Amino acid sequence: MSINAKQAAKVAKLARIHVERSELPALAEDFNAILDFIEQLGEVDVENAEPMTSVTPMRLKRRDDKVTDGGRQGEILSNAPDAREGFFAVPKVVE
Amino acid sequence: MSDLNRLTITAARDLLRKGETTSEEITVSCLSAIESAAHLNAVVHQTRDLAIRQARDADSRIRSGRAPSMCGMPIGVKDLFCTRNVASQAGSAILDDFIPEYESTVTAKLFEAGAVMVGKLNMDEFAMGSSNETSIYGNVVNPWKSNDDGPDLTPGGSSGGSAAAVAADLCIAATGTDTGGSIRQPAAFTGITGIKPTYGRCSRWGIIAFASSLDQAGPMTKSVRDAAIMLESMCGHDSKDSTSADLPVPCFEYMLTGDIRGKVIGVPREYRMDGMPDEIESLWRDGMDMLKNAGADIRDISLPHARYALPAYYVIAPAEASSNLARYDGVRYGRRSRLDKGEGITEMYEKTRAEGFGAEVKRRIMIGTYVLSAGYYDAYYNRARKVRTLIKSDFDAAFSEGVDSILTPTTPSAAFELGRNAHDPVEMYLNDIFTVTVNLAGLPAISIPAGLNRHGLPLGLQLIGRPWEEGDLLNTAHALENAVGFVAKPHKWW
Repeated sequence: MSINAKQAAKVAKLARIHVERSELPALAEDFNAILDFIEQLGEVDVENAEPMTSVTPMRLKRRDDKVTDGGRQGEILSNAPDAREGFFAVPKVVE
Repeated sequence: MSDLNRLTITAARDLLRKGETTSEEITVSCLSAIESAAHLNAVVHQTRDLAIRQARDADSRIRSGRAPSMCGMPIGVKDLFCTRNVASQAGSAILDDFIPEYESTVTAKLFEAGAVMVGKLNMDEFAMGSSNETSIYGNVVNPWKSNDDGPDLTPGGSSGGSAAAVAADLCIAATGTDTGGSIRQPAAFTGITGIKPTYGRCSRWGIIAFASSLDQAGPMTKSVRDAAIMLESMCGHDSKDSTSADLPVPCFEYMLTGDIRGKVIGVPREYRMDGMPDEIESLWRDGMDMLKNAGADIRDISLPHARYALPAYYVIAPAEASSNLARYDGVRYGRRSRLDKGEGITEMYEKTRAEGFGAEVKRRIMIGTYVLSAGYYDAYYNRARKVRTLIKSDFDAAFSEGVDSILTPTTPSAAFELGRNAHDPVEMYLNDIFTVTVNLAGLPAISIPAGLNRHGLPLGLQLIGRPWEEGDLLNTAHALENAVGFVAKPHKWW
């Protein structure tokens, strides 16, 4: 499988990373080198293997469904690039 | 007393308990070593005031006579750990000016035990790299060189700052994290000891995530005994990490008897690669002989899927990274790009991430996005997860046949020149060929310095243990360490 500049642009869009048009061919080339390397996985017989979900088999812990933390608005907003009146502020989303 | 920064945890503990020195004295000695090591670029945020305050607190605890082993030890902390009120940016521009309001569980445990933080340590951006060349802070320089006029070498990565800081005696020990070899490979390149415990031993809470099913924290130290002491204080169940194991943590140090008679050490034949350098081959053979002389039984084993570990890793780790790093969107923390007139929220995401992430991080996010995208999910991601199952069952089979631990080289070479592999991602990935299988299988593994190559650079051997058997693994490593008798240190040229 091989990626061209157009497909590379699509991946960049999905990843929400702006890539200049002039950089797309080089990016596609990088992808192809890595994908060629990954391609080796095609040699493995995986017929009887289940995809791994957890490397150490354990039952997830449960706890009572009640509020245990909160009231930290100031701490949560303290690193925001733009916080106003107790909220995160972003450019207009809806016209 | 001079050169207190050169102490091990074990030696410092003895002196502190006897009242022959203070934590403040050792801390000041480390802080001045840091001042004179700017060329190495290992320490990126100094925390002098905090360190002095913590050292004084530790001294009063030590005087009261009830101090744990880590009490008063000046350590460096990898920039990946969130530390309260201290910059934590994972070596990335996207976390410029990020000051956590909380403390990672691992650093909180170390501080409760009395450890002193002298600074945050350089690393590859988001722990993605094997040479510490992807950091926004610039390259870390290895304190080891083949000769004084020789070129600067990489300390390895991603915990390159931690490795260089410990090797250059800028701190007594350091924290690292290991997703594909990021503790063990730099430990090998700098002649120190580094252990990655079993997945689930150390809480991941507060450690900036790279690939959540692979990431584990661990100590980087000057000896195996130091690793045992520090690891114990980092481990333990944490309800804030759902993959944290609710198992008792044994006293690892008590398990260091040095007696490995009757232990079965597996040597995987698939690790004998074509073109393996002679110096690595003979280091490995010497390691086998030493363990045999110490009474262990060396056994040839097979891990048939080991050769697929690296390609499986380069699907799984980027896939997890692409979803973990989706949180850097310029909204809640970190950097936000300046927008031009008429640009909206999508442009804000795309520009912020384009400007904030470095080339290798972007590459991995996009590879991860690709292997998870519609039409490729089964062909790449699910196939890699199936291969991961097979890799783990190879180890399970070896352990069920009575193997106690597995001996391999840590890296395929000694430290290389900075810049040498920087332009070929796949060539760089090959650094992790011996270490990455362990992360995929969730196993504990340790690298210890085992010799010098013909250019006088350190080389490491890796021992891989059974899950949750860090104590036994450390004991085997201790026996090997005794047999090797590695004492070389880089001389101070920086």
